[in-house]
Amino acid sequence: MSTNLSENKDLLVLGIESSCDETAASVIRGCRTVLSNVIYSQIDIHTVYGGVVPEIASRGHIEKINLVVKQALSEAGVGLKDLDAIAVTYGPGLVGALLVGVAHAKALGWAAGVPVVGVNHIEGHICANFISNPELEPPFMCLVASGGHSHLVNVSGYGEYEIIARTRDDAAGEAFDKVARAIGLGYPGGPKIDKAAREGDPDAIVFPRAKVRENEYDFSFSGLKSAVLNYLNSCNMKGEKINTADVAASFQKAAVETLVGHSMQAASDRGVRKFAIAGGVASNTSLRKAFEEECDKRGIEFLRPEPVYCTDNGAMIGVAGSYDYLLGYRSGLDLNAVPNLSIGERKGVFKV
Amino acid sequence: MKILALDSSGLVASCAVLEKKENGEEKILALCSTDFKKTHSQTLLPMIDHICAQTDSKPEDFDAVAVAAGPGSFTGLRIGSATAKAIAMAADVPIIEVPTLYGLAYNFRCEKRLVCPMMDARRNQVYSALYGFEDGKTVIYKDQSALALEEMAEFINSLGKEVVFLGDGADAYKDEIVSRVKVPFVFAPAHLNRQNAASVAVLASEMYAEGKTVNADDHSPEYLRVSQAEREGAKDFNLT
Repeated sequence: MSTNLSENKDLLVLGIESSCDETAASVIRGCRTVLSNVIYSQIDIHTVYGGVVPEIASRGHIEKINLVVKQALSEAGVGLKDLDAIAVTYGPGLVGALLVGVAHAKALGWAAGVPVVGVNHIEGHICANFISNPELEPPFMCLVASGGHSHLVNVSGYGEYEIIARTRDDAAGEAFDKVARAIGLGYPGGPKIDKAAREGDPDAIVFPRAKVRENEYDFSFSGLKSAVLNYLNSCNMKGEKINTADVAASFQKAAVETLVGHSMQAASDRGVRKFAIAGGVASNTSLRKAFEEECDKRGIEFLRPEPVYCTDNGAMIGVAGSYDYLLGYRSGLDLNAVPNLSIGERKGVFKV
Repeated sequence: MKILALDSSGLVASCAVLEKKENGEEKILALCSTDFKKTHSQTLLPMIDHICAQTDSKPEDFDAVAVAAGPGSFTGLRIGSATAKAIAMAADVPIIEVPTLYGLAYNFRCEKRLVCPMMDARRNQVYSALYGFEDGKTVIYKDQSALALEEMAEFINSLGKEVVFLGDGADAYKDEIVSRVKVPFVFAPAHLNRQNAASVAVLASEMYAEGKTVNADDHSPEYLRVSQAEREGAKDFNLT
């Protein structure tokens, strides 16, 4: 089989995602066309706790999984037996949450006689770009930034991923969440900081931009987070009033400059022609704008998914799974969740 | 009538196919159990595939899928539930939610003594229940719940009847049972001492005959406990 789109325009793949707090399913036709994209988000439940509670997330998944999958199939007008494959996120993510999707997808595939392929969640995020940019073909470079991940990845071909840089400590989205909590904006931090920053002065406070010695492209956000916390503490001790919008804007500027700066350095050094972003943080307006400007300056084509495909969703898993399926990858009935799965790594996914 | 039964509530992963003829005769066509290092995610579905192949059963041949629906290991329960929900969805059949401890007690369905299944629930508690099967009729002396062993021991002592203890909780609390239980008792032998999908299937068949089934979409395990965050958060957030 080839990954040539015109030869596989009728391929039907169901994508199932349950790695964190979204129960999601989607039907993809011809590797890139989204026939349905159903997302059940538990965000309101977790907001009370200031973050995702793994056990509560897992309980939510088992309650909703049938309904979400059924709705995805019915909106797409597709029956189970019409499917060519079922793609499911098997890592990275919360193990208990992943296991619901994995056990469900495997049993569904077994019962319907449809092959199953385990998909890497982060590779799914990257593949969301194929939905929003129909002409996009590898090679390209992609920054994946979310609550749990910050990676700079070189996509040399379909199903071929090479990590260029990663975070040494906190993920970018994690830093947004922690800072948002510290300045009283609450959870989830990304969109709340994005909004608050629009009213603030990004140059009001200078926060540090960390460089990592061993790999110049690697990210580090814990120093930035600590600097914000120290600033807040010192204001409190001195009895100075804190301007939340200024803190949000100044923190965001430092985070965005780090993400964009390292990415553009790597892209320039490697002569990259196309640069994409993905993951929850990719929907941050300031980050998008900065990447647009910097890519434009360097004559690099800038690509990004629509916001609905930046959050966790089943469509991106369906797309990544479609290509993995065409490349010959399959999973057995013993596919397990792999909570710390790396990009480009395959465990329990083999070539036929 | 055919039932596929699953139990992955504890350390054992177990599945069975039960057939009931029109004359009421029941038979376990196949049973497969594993209590080894691998996770349920790696063992349960391959075993289901195996017993279905051995008995020429296709998913659509089943009239219902039975699952040990709790209590038990939270993750283990969900692997069983997700598997059952998907198979039931594909075959368009209902689910039979078998209470884990009731199913476990069915290992001793024709026992004259009282039957006390027990699972280690950690945090100094057991998931336990107390059943009597005299005259072929079940008497639930104590429905399944999470409780301290001494509470169960006191209750058993107050009844003054002989008891059979079984389950990983009985193993974990063996010394305490010996010191606290004042009525005559025995511990189950190894082959009857753990969850067994054949027992789940037999109980499920009775429940099916009584119309005790649920829509697969609505099924969720009965954990008997809230999550740690809800327990602790309830204090912090004034939720209770």
